[in-house]
Amino acid sequence: MKHDSDVVIAGGGLNGPALALALAGAGLRVSVVDAQAPRARAAAGFDGRAYALAIASQRLLAAVGVWPAVSAKAQPIWHVHAADGRAGERSAPFGLRFDAAELEGGPVGYMLEDRFLAVALADAMAASARISFIPATSVIAQEPGSAGVSVTLSDGRGLTARVLVGADGRRSEVAERAGIRRTGWGYGQTALVCALDHERPHNGVAQQVFLPTGPLAILPLPGNRSSIVWSETDANARTLASLADADFLALLRTRLGDHLGPIALAGPRFSYPLNLTLANAYVAPRVALVGDAAHGVHPIAGQGLNLGLRDVAVLAEVLVEAARRGEDIGAADVLDRYQGWRRVDATLLALSMDAVNKLFSNDNPLLRAGRDLGLGLVQSAPFLRRAFMRQAAGLSANPPRLLAGQQL
Amino acid sequence: MQNPAEPISSINPDEVAKFEAMAAEWWDPAGKFKPLHLMNPCRLDYIIGQIAAEYGRDRASLRPFEGLRLLDIGCGGGLLSEPMARLGAEVVGADAAPRNIPVARLHAEAQGLEIDYRNTTAEALAAAGERFDVVLNMEVVEHVADPQAFLTTCQQLLKTGGLMVCSTLNRNPKSWMMAIFGAERVMRWLPVGTHDWAKFITPDELYALIRSAGLDPVDRKGMVFNPVSWRWSLSARDLSVNYVTASVKR
Repeated sequence: MKHDSDVVIAGGGLNGPALALALAGAGLRVSVVDAQAPRARAAAGFDGRAYALAIASQRLLAAVGVWPAVSAKAQPIWHVHAADGRAGERSAPFGLRFDAAELEGGPVGYMLEDRFLAVALADAMAASARISFIPATSVIAQEPGSAGVSVTLSDGRGLTARVLVGADGRRSEVAERAGIRRTGWGYGQTALVCALDHERPHNGVAQQVFLPTGPLAILPLPGNRSSIVWSETDANARTLASLADADFLALLRTRLGDHLGPIALAGPRFSYPLNLTLANAYVAPRVALVGDAAHGVHPIAGQGLNLGLRDVAVLAEVLVEAARRGEDIGAADVLDRYQGWRRVDATLLALSMDAVNKLFSNDNPLLRAGRDLGLGLVQSAPFLRRAFMRQAAGLSANPPRLLAGQQL
Repeated sequence: MQNPAEPISSINPDEVAKFEAMAAEWWDPAGKFKPLHLMNPCRLDYIIGQIAAEYGRDRASLRPFEGLRLLDIGCGGGLLSEPMARLGAEVVGADAAPRNIPVARLHAEAQGLEIDYRNTTAEALAAAGERFDVVLNMEVVEHVADPQAFLTTCQQLLKTGGLMVCSTLNRNPKSWMMAIFGAERVMRWLPVGTHDWAKFITPDELYALIRSAGLDPVDRKGMVFNPVSWRWSLSARDLSVNYVTASVKR
């Protein structure tokens, strides 16, 4: 049969468009079906949402041609400062400090606001003749077959393709219809997210303070502005969320310290309950999952998007290699290559972030002493610190080509 | 997805269901032909690399073999013919086993591929004056009665400058352990008796046969199975069991 496109992607967030661009760049025809209405361009103001992009993710965005449109709006992260702190006190003295110079040179990552990244991805998709973007529509049914998959859209249209990619988030309907079950649990924590204007410069330093009730990340945005991700127990978070802005800021100040000078809110405050959800399989007949649809993680260190883009890089490479080999790109053995390459890595990272969070979200004095000692040891052993940083930066030993900034 | 109502010449409609079941069997990566599916990416990488090099084609293009006429001898269910057709080649798939042809046709049609499958032999095609840019002769030569005569026929089927890719099994104690004892008796990957070890051919013997057939051997590589990654890969040094060669008709 002749298909409408080679790949249908359900989900037009960030991973879906990035995958579409990578595939289209190699010559495949892609349909992206997004339940959201198209984003209003330019009009969108700052909404407080921003991503900490690992270098590998930045390289992928460069390889698919999106980076030039956002590079001027991205804040390089020159240092990451991780510290252990106790509520109401300043950070513990044995902090973990990463310097960009210890990697291969250049920043350790970038902060980029959602509104800039989303618009750049949408513009790049619109400029590609091989991508058909179908907004305000969702996939409501899918039927895998021996030669392809038939997809039914909410507007009644039907599409056929070799493979259907679920990039439709942690409540993925593509996964559910494919019979892929999920394992997950809540953390009993909620992330409070906001952006701050501050008087003194952040100097491109990202800080992660591990407080007894959850981590607090202070991430540098362009100018004298920072993004705050403050994780608290659900009960504390509910109280904090209900506070007036001035009272919230007063409490935040006690955790931040005063290195940024006077602070003020730069946008609305958001809160997100934290939970972990792992798909029990990343593939099913004619179906592959990427991003939160495969693994919704704790947003500690901003790894959610970075993990998703690693899925994108691996799936794009597997599908393009199969296409260049003349294989049926939706065949079970092709999709198994994606799952085999990706799944162990993503699950381990999700579970290790869970473990780090549990270790640090604890005020047991023995654990606390061990933490300080452990961080001090990592600090004094450069090879351990570089290994830790490489992992955090997503530069693992045998990366897919897109994460190395190479074309497929 | 499929459209079995489409009539296929030379097939009794009552037989279609049976052929569909056989096609499903041929194309199930976990089924009876699992060893071929496992090996296929490695074989394809070699074949595609050699064709692209010989004809100066861009491997990053999705249809690099447009304009090339290719013969797949012993095509079976079409595991090589279909990828070659997707890459743009005009493919003739030949198999002496009559029941393979409708199976391969049915599958290609469901995939939207045009492939000229024929129940015939290399000798008959050569006698009819058919000529090709590429002849694939994969895991065939160890099954034929007279390898020299067969390779000479392959040479006749090539246009001047044409490329033959030929794979087979080496003959040594290791290949007996792997291909006969391992694959047929331990792993049960292949039915017992699939291969006759005495008919395996060493790389040097094959090069001599190819030269006598009037072709210039230009490359040979081993195909090695890694039981840890569970994958086949090409090796420049290890031709001890499975290996593949490329030769050109000057």
